[in-house]
Amino acid sequence: MSLALVGITVLWVFLYGYLIVASIDFGAGFFSFYGKWTGKGAVINDVIDRYLSPVWEVTNVFLVFFLVGLVGFFPDAAYYYGEALLIPGSVALILLAIRGSFYAFANYGARESTLFLFLYGMSGLFIPAALSTVLTISEGGFIIEQGGRVVFLANELLTSPYSWSVVLLALVSVLFISASFLTYYASRAEDQEALEVLRSFALFWSLPTIFAGFLVFVTLREHNPQHFHAMLDVSWMFVASMGCFLVALGLLMRRKAYGMAFLFVMLQYAFAFFGYGVSHLPYLLYPYVTITGSVTSPAMGQALIAAFVGGLALLIPSLWLLLRLFLFDARYVKGLRP
Amino acid sequence: MEGDTLLYSRLLTFVTLGFHIVFATLGVGVPVMISLAEWVGIRRKDPHYVLMARRWSRGFVITVAVGVVTGTCIGMQLSLLWPRFMQAAGHVISLPMFLEIFAFFLEAIFLGIYMYTWDRFRPIVHWLLTLPVVIGSSASAFFITTVNAFMNTPQGFTLQNGQFVDVDPWAAMWNPATPSKVAHVLASAYLTSAFLLGSIAAFRLLQGRDHPYYRKALRFTMAASLVFAVATVVAGDWSGKFLAEHQPEKLAAAEWHFETKPRAELIVGGVLDPETGEVAYALRIPWALSILAHGHPDAVVTGLDAIPREQWPPLFVHYVFDAMVLIGFYTVLVPIAYFGYIWRKRAVPRLVLRLIVWGGPLAMLAIELGWIYAEVGRQPWILRGYMKTAEAVTTSEGVGLMLVLFSLLYIVLAAVAAFVLLRLFRNKPLEAELEERRVIL
Repeated sequence: MSLALVGITVLWVFLYGYLIVASIDFGAGFFSFYGKWTGKGAVINDVIDRYLSPVWEVTNVFLVFFLVGLVGFFPDAAYYYGEALLIPGSVALILLAIRGSFYAFANYGARESTLFLFLYGMSGLFIPAALSTVLTISEGGFIIEQGGRVVFLANELLTSPYSWSVVLLALVSVLFISASFLTYYASRAEDQEALEVLRSFALFWSLPTIFAGFLVFVTLREHNPQHFHAMLDVSWMFVASMGCFLVALGLLMRRKAYGMAFLFVMLQYAFAFFGYGVSHLPYLLYPYVTITGSVTSPAMGQALIAAFVGGLALLIPSLWLLLRLFLFDARYVKGLRP
Repeated sequence: MEGDTLLYSRLLTFVTLGFHIVFATLGVGVPVMISLAEWVGIRRKDPHYVLMARRWSRGFVITVAVGVVTGTCIGMQLSLLWPRFMQAAGHVISLPMFLEIFAFFLEAIFLGIYMYTWDRFRPIVHWLLTLPVVIGSSASAFFITTVNAFMNTPQGFTLQNGQFVDVDPWAAMWNPATPSKVAHVLASAYLTSAFLLGSIAAFRLLQGRDHPYYRKALRFTMAASLVFAVATVVAGDWSGKFLAEHQPEKLAAAEWHFETKPRAELIVGGVLDPETGEVAYALRIPWALSILAHGHPDAVVTGLDAIPREQWPPLFVHYVFDAMVLIGFYTVLVPIAYFGYIWRKRAVPRLVLRLIVWGGPLAMLAIELGWIYAEVGRQPWILRGYMKTAEAVTTSEGVGLMLVLFSLLYIVLAAVAAFVLLRLFRNKPLEAELEERRVIL
């Protein structure tokens, strides 16, 4: 495997990791607010808090990992995106900063405030929308090079049907992934009331995700035919994604094996995300930046891979310990243990 | 417009990093203090020290949260504001940045575990959880400092037609500035955190709360401060000798040393006339600069006359540098004064307590000053000898607006963090917590 391919695979895996853990986090924020607003809050907030408290910081690291890795493996991509995305990037950063820090403040009492929950819940929807537009931009047509300058066409982005389909997909996916995970967590906690509420959320958001997925397909065909045809070449991955979705939905409807259901949701997104990623290659930013044209020097590439292997050797046992203590420890999940 | 973008980009980077390093410094130093306190508590079977670790760590989480989000900001702003620098240097410095993320990951995971397992493990096992946090936070400081060191003394590549080729990432990481910079950054971060925690204890004692907990906390933090302050001064002297050898223009600007000569005198304080280059009201110490720079009074110290005029750093760094050094000595002398009373078993006077209260914020100020000196002293270069700051800046518009938005964000974050921290300790005063945990000695 070439260095470029290793690099993009590593980055894509981490972006997928961020997609899952951040969705759980963002969706939980929205459900907290929705719960407070409709009066169902007390039922689900316990479950949400107990899971999020020890892991919120880790979620953020996944994103930073991707950003730093992108600069490391593909410095040219950092240049193009950096030049072009000053304003949207900064706005996303400010939202992330508000949300990240307020999460910690929330543990010390701010949670009772409705204004706080409103900001917290809304930023949970705006951030995925903002971040997903970077994927939209990577399809080309929104960043052009003009007279040696890189220019971002914000108006094109705001009026593109494709761009809005991606935003829609991001929003409903966040809510679906989060609700199906929290359903599983509530079932582990044997918290029937929370389980029922969260299960209804998961079912409610399941169909829109598939609908939005199709919408993205259709609009991409207009926007970037080259990529659309590449996607057809790996269409089995999207079929597999659909299959996993149906299994997950079936399990949720039959009130069975919520852990397995969440696993199938993860697989559903894994197939779709990697299918999208594979067909996107070799472009990082269509048509200016390809993975081979912008990859870092071989010496740095090798050093980064060595660092990555070493880092994973530390990371995987640590993450496993974290999960074992707070996710797979039944007594902690039920709130019986500190 | 071009000039404005450069100015605003520099200001935005300054505001973000200036805000971040307050929390980053605490993020590096406080875990060390937490770990030491818990260890002492377990060893001496003194629950007061364990409680100290517990209370500090509760406040620490707030500062970590702000540190994480502002760190994310600066991480992304590097590419947004200085895309050409990241494109060029990304080929050479990605390794330490990548490693820093792993260190940060380790810290994040174990901090979560540590915070939520207080009553779950045997005490010694719980204490062991502090080690990955300490290692992770200090390692991330180490890695990111090597990046900054690289910007001061770049090496590990060849420049060919504007491209960085023959890259050696390890050589870039272990550049000449790395050892002294890392030593100074770590020592001063430990010192500042220890002193700030000491300030809190001293403040409580001044308020008239006289529980033995506060006296133990003060003594413990002052002992740590003294050790770290001496280490900081030693590392600072090392950094000065490094500058004399590898970055003479930075040292010369800090010392207003215009003329290359042996037996150079040290200029302390004073006011510079920017037109004539005359220095008034300064304290001049003969030979001291030669000793400081090369360890020998006869040594020749390079002056600014050896540097082309357009490559001079701004000369105001002298004030910044002197203020930092002054505070450095303050943080050595105040703990010595404190222990002078303790060892003679005399009551510590209120004046000394007040000096300790001031010491924490002053130490943090010194961190800012030292950092400003290190960064501004490198101007006009972003990559010394290779790339000017003006060549690296973004071409996009709207940096001014972003400067306003981010400044507002930091004001809000600072206000909310301060509010939450104060409320946290007011709602759970020590006395109530002692009772709740049945810590009675």
